[in-house]
Amino acid sequence: MLGFLKRPVVVTADINLNVVALTAVGLLSRLWQLAYPRAVVFDEVYYGQYISFYMKRIFFLDGSGPPFGHMLLALGGYLGGFDGNFLWNRIGAEYSSNVPVWSLRLLPALTGALSVPMAYQILLELGFSHCAAMGAALLMLIENALITQSRLMLLESVLIFFNLLAVLSYLKFSNSQKQRPFSLSWWFWLMLTGVACSCAVGVKYVGVFTYLLVLAVASVHAWHLIGDRTLSHVRVLCHLLARAAALLVVPALMYLLFFYVHLILVYRSGPHDQVMSSAFQASLEGGLARITQGQPLEVAYGSQVTLKNVFGKPVPCWLHSHQSTYPMIYENGRGSSHQQQVTCYPFKDVNNWWIVKDPGRHQLVVGSPPRPVRHGDVVQLVHGMTTRFLNTHDVAAPLSPHSQEVSCYVDYNISMPSQNLWRLDIVNRESDADVWKTILSEVRLVHVNTSVALKLSGAHLPDWGFRQLEVVGEKVSRGYHESMVWNVEEHRYGKSQEQKERELELHSPAQMDVSRNLSFMARFLELQWRMLTVKSDGSEHKYSSSPLDWVTLDTSIAYWLHPRTSAQIHLLGNVVIWASASLATVVYALLFLWYLLRRRRSIRDLPEDSWLRWVLAGALCAGGWAVNYLPFFMMEKTLFLYHYLPALTFQILLLPAVLQHISDHLCRSPPLRSLFSALVVAWYSCACHVFITLRPLTYGDKSLSPSELKALRWKDSWDILIRKY
Amino acid sequence: MPPAVGEGSARSELRPRRGRCGHQVTRAVGPDVAAAAAARSPKRPARGSRRFEAAGRWALLALVTLLSFATRFHRLDEPPHICWDETHFGKMGSYYINRTFFFDVHPPLGKMLIGLAGYLSGYDGTFLFQKPGDKYEHHNYMGMRGFCAFLGSLLVPFAYLIVLELSKSLPAALLTAALLTFDTGCLTLSQYILLDPILMFFIMAAMLSMVKYNSCANRPFSAPWWFWLSLTGINLAGALGVKFVGLFIILQVGWNTISDLWHLLGDLSLSVVTVGKHLTARILCLIVLPLTLYTATYAVHFRVLNKSGPGDGFFSSAFQARLSGNNLHNASIPEHLAYGSVITVKNLRMAIGYLHSHRHLYPEGIGARQQQVTTYLHKDYNNLWIIKKHNTNADPLDPSFPVEFVRHGDIIRLEHKETSRNLHSHYHEAPLTRKHYQVTGYGINGTGDSNDFWRIEVVNRRFGNRIRVLRSRIRLIHLVTGCVLGSSGKVLPKWGWEQLEVTCTPYLKETLNSIWNVEDHINPKLPNISLDVLQPSFPEILLESHMVMIRGNNGLKPKDNEFTSKPWHWPINYQGLRFSGINDTDFRVYLLGNPVVWWLNLLSIALYLLLGSIIAVAVQRGARLPAEVEGLSQVLLQGGGQLLLGWMLHYFPFFLMGRILYFHHYFPAMLFSSMLTGILWDTLLRLCAWSLASSSLARGVYVVGLLSLLLGTAYSFYLFHPLAYGMVGPLAQDPRSPMAGLKWLESWDF
Repeated sequence: MLGFLKRPVVVTADINLNVVALTAVGLLSRLWQLAYPRAVVFDEVYYGQYISFYMKRIFFLDGSGPPFGHMLLALGGYLGGFDGNFLWNRIGAEYSSNVPVWSLRLLPALTGALSVPMAYQILLELGFSHCAAMGAALLMLIENALITQSRLMLLESVLIFFNLLAVLSYLKFSNSQKQRPFSLSWWFWLMLTGVACSCAVGVKYVGVFTYLLVLAVASVHAWHLIGDRTLSHVRVLCHLLARAAALLVVPALMYLLFFYVHLILVYRSGPHDQVMSSAFQASLEGGLARITQGQPLEVAYGSQVTLKNVFGKPVPCWLHSHQSTYPMIYENGRGSSHQQQVTCYPFKDVNNWWIVKDPGRHQLVVGSPPRPVRHGDVVQLVHGMTTRFLNTHDVAAPLSPHSQEVSCYVDYNISMPSQNLWRLDIVNRESDADVWKTILSEVRLVHVNTSVALKLSGAHLPDWGFRQLEVVGEKVSRGYHESMVWNVEEHRYGKSQEQKERELELHSPAQMDVSRNLSFMARFLELQWRMLTVKSDGSEHKYSSSPLDWVTLDTSIAYWLHPRTSAQIHLLGNVVIWASASLATVVYALLFLWYLLRRRRSIRDLPEDSWLRWVLAGALCAGGWAVNYLPFFMMEKTLFLYHYLPALTFQILLLPAVLQHISDHLCRSPPLRSLFSALVVAWYSCACHVFITLRPLTYGDKSLSPSELKALRWKDSWDILIRKY
Repeated sequence: MPPAVGEGSARSELRPRRGRCGHQVTRAVGPDVAAAAAARSPKRPARGSRRFEAAGRWALLALVTLLSFATRFHRLDEPPHICWDETHFGKMGSYYINRTFFFDVHPPLGKMLIGLAGYLSGYDGTFLFQKPGDKYEHHNYMGMRGFCAFLGSLLVPFAYLIVLELSKSLPAALLTAALLTFDTGCLTLSQYILLDPILMFFIMAAMLSMVKYNSCANRPFSAPWWFWLSLTGINLAGALGVKFVGLFIILQVGWNTISDLWHLLGDLSLSVVTVGKHLTARILCLIVLPLTLYTATYAVHFRVLNKSGPGDGFFSSAFQARLSGNNLHNASIPEHLAYGSVITVKNLRMAIGYLHSHRHLYPEGIGARQQQVTTYLHKDYNNLWIIKKHNTNADPLDPSFPVEFVRHGDIIRLEHKETSRNLHSHYHEAPLTRKHYQVTGYGINGTGDSNDFWRIEVVNRRFGNRIRVLRSRIRLIHLVTGCVLGSSGKVLPKWGWEQLEVTCTPYLKETLNSIWNVEDHINPKLPNISLDVLQPSFPEILLESHMVMIRGNNGLKPKDNEFTSKPWHWPINYQGLRFSGINDTDFRVYLLGNPVVWWLNLLSIALYLLLGSIIAVAVQRGARLPAEVEGLSQVLLQGGGQLLLGWMLHYFPFFLMGRILYFHHYFPAMLFSSMLTGILWDTLLRLCAWSLASSSLARGVYVVGLLSLLLGTAYSFYLFHPLAYGMVGPLAQDPRSPMAGLKWLESWDF
């Protein structure tokens, strides 16, 4: 116990100077003149607005990725004392003095710099020589695209960092597996793998591919472990449970934690509220919460309500009616009932108010005590401003002729009786006796005579309907769809008997006092779901590209141009590295196939341990490239060159591994080997030369003349900006 | 002692098979098991018993087949009106009989077979197949329905044989056959003029021949080996020729072949040459043969359909020239382009279409508000352009002028014939591809500005400097901005009538998108030549039709605010499809799986995964299994594994598909899942029986378990049969309805 009394406490520091040196040059290359340019560069305009939201604690919805990445950037802003006051509207706009540019860009730059020594470590852990490991790190160091991307307030370098960290810590873990399972460092690396994976997913969804890769490799290793008969059953079980906890449970918890922190940070209502459900909005400070604060909870006969569509696509909107009627004859010659229009209207309006009426009684006020409306009750809905009844009948709807028209009934005395009874169907009820609750209940209104449900069809009415959204009655039997579901948003108990008084009452804001909160899980699920389904406008960007262009670097992105000179930042890769990395992947695949087929015929070209090393390097590096690249072919969103960078990093890791393999196993004679080394050195100098040539476009610090810029346009598809004087 | 219930029949039926073709040893039989089997039939002479068993096997197969045919052909003629998609596929069958050219997103084989069946049964192709519900009246539709029902009936014996081959267990095969015979969904889908029975027939036939050929593996290059191998290839071609989802069974066979070859390669007793022979045989039978057959169906397709019809516009004019009745049939056009010619310009990339313009402007906010220029796949008078000199507006067709041919490098103006606007481009972003410039129609009566000038260049200058109709590949280069006219192939939103975007791209990359050719050509001053000279070759047509099919498939997108069937609905039988009738007075047919069968399938998949992983882990841990369990687990992991793979391959890809999906897409997967159920329950019951000590109890458990499964499915079929055979009367909510009390899910709609 008290061993330290007997022996002195000794700390042996084991410092690999290679790592120190690599970290230093990495920092130098990424942090040099970090605050330049003091202007919004490319996607900073996009991430910047979210940072401002964080600083002001305003809720927002961003479909591009989970909140962890944004939060990390915001942390930089927080440490730099940013108050969030900057108008992020234009690329190239000068930052005002309150924006701490350096600290905002610091985190991506740090992660970018640390990727350099990490590449070194990964190759070492994979069992390659220090020389190959140095090579990998030096390649990362002079890759122009990686430098550009990490020097700005963007998330790719953070994602790459966590990807590499996940791979590195898994390798460290599996290497310590052989010596000391369940030791402290074993646990540390195992847990770090899980944490790094969840961070990668938390920064961008595409991080999930690296996570899956690590999981796959871990499962193969675990499968071998199961087959290891020297271990007892209990021990194997412990191993499996530890892995499951670290690689499945921890990431899931971490992911929830990101959202938890996110929702704690952004608690004020803001411009994106509308997309969320009424219940979610009510849980934010200000906004809807202020309006609905103090509403009565239970909807009763005589209640005045506004009904919001739960699906809310194409836009969130409220059930609405107004004085205008459907045109007698539509443009295409079909007829209508010519009754009062019922639409869905995306803005708050006094015409959105409806009164819930008991069909058996004649009063439009809430009795005392109020009689709550329950699931299965039959009600009538009366439009507040026009006192007409919500009605539907066997007339084709204006734009969706297969559905029924919904109108507010006008009696023209033409033997078209009113059909205004609706049965209340609470979709998320807990029991069949549930009461209709404000905000919380999601209800369908099913027409009694024709069994159609009130539905938002998604079509915009033409000019006669003021471009509002069409509401139709759709057969319940056609299947359940969220566009048929509505919830009460604003609500109050009606008091006025007379129409005039009632109109006044409708115009006045609702007041009373109750507050309600959603659980974290409900909020998380809703937010996650909306984030995944929010529609990004599919329009092309000027610099968007297809995945096929990436491997050959047939595209580029102009990030920033100096307002006066032609100094510019341009996302361009180091062509030598890109080409040779792709070549290395092909060589790896061919060699692997060759060895594999020959091994099957029991011809062993490689000793067993170098074969295993070769396979593991391929699984992680070539596999990492494939899982981070190929899925983009299936994606329908707008793609950019920078999406390729995570894949490229893995390819760069593979490159020195292949080179060392060629030198060790294919160059048989020493002179051949020396020749090969000389070639590698020459090739690396080439890559350095390209790096130096493209450096002005990477850092943007030097203004080149038009002729120099033209000379740099090595490919027609590179869109280097040349000023015309 | 392991009691080996039902083992006698399973084992003895192995022997003759082993004699004929051999098999992979799937079940190691311990000596005590053999002893038990011998003990049970000690008195019967071995040979006689074997013959008896064989006869019994055949009788059982005959019974299964008979039952399947009986259920499928029962009330086949009802309802005597068009049901659901019969309106499409019946119509397409008629097209073949009438030999009119049409276009569909599916490959032609299925519809061709329907047409053939109709033709052979005396249907004359005169019925219009306008909409579901139309009465057939005197038209003979039974031939086509009968053909589909025939193929649909064969699914059951096929499944029976596949399971028998994989598990060597009659009860498992019998259970599978019962599940499929008594599934109302399979029954309904087999009774109408649809592609699905044909597709499923080929899928199952391919699977069966693959399994058969696997069990011939120990006698390679023998006659049965070749027979089953090439039959697999033929059925693959059939499956792909009916629908593109036939690709999944190809993947399955491909996977099987690769693992097969991998084993052969690892077998060091075989020389490399022998392995090479194996490889060649498979390439021949599983790649070359199917491809040839698949291509042949297209050759037949194009040969049969030689009259003009609704599909003409999808193909090039030169192709249309061979369709009688088309206005291009036997037509002739001037060969070289001259000023004043009226032309249509078609993009060289397939399925892009003709350069097109119409009297609609680009909407506010999208470039300049000028007239839209698009590409359009159909023939239309708005595709016509007049080629004019850039600097004069004089009518070149004036007889006083001499004919002047357009040459490579000339500067021209293209005037839209209907609207008299010039093809125009300028420094505005194109609507979708923001990197490119917008192309518009500009000017009044041919008078515009210098942005209307284009330089015409011939890419393949084999025909001298003149521009030849259909054969010259031309580029149009905008004079002022230096960009190239092209189509991005992207679909414009509603304002552009969902036609394709035309842009002017500043990058002079040579892609097919920016290369055009001249198709129609009218110039009264020039002599005509016959179009036949310029006809495209068969490979060109083949490629072109595939491009159009893929585009058509991608175009079938679901709408946002509509209920659509999702893949996760399918295995739980969430909602069916209405084949016929809505109201209580109609004759209603509703495609819905027999819920007992489907939910049993679902449960079985879960149980299979559980049991499979338990066994796999046990084996990996080196646990020594008793011989009986060892044999069962082999069947479960290998036979069951193949079926599970089939189920996954026919199900999971739908999650990735963007096109609109329907419930009936699940049925091929359902077949695999039912076969898995058969194997799983047989194995599970045998394991139960084995774990019980006394042999009489064990036998009882096995028999009772199996019988209750068989009778359960049969009874559920009795309950749900009105769904398939049709019902009249009140809807299910009403207690007087034939389906009263059977609406177990809210979402079922009958």
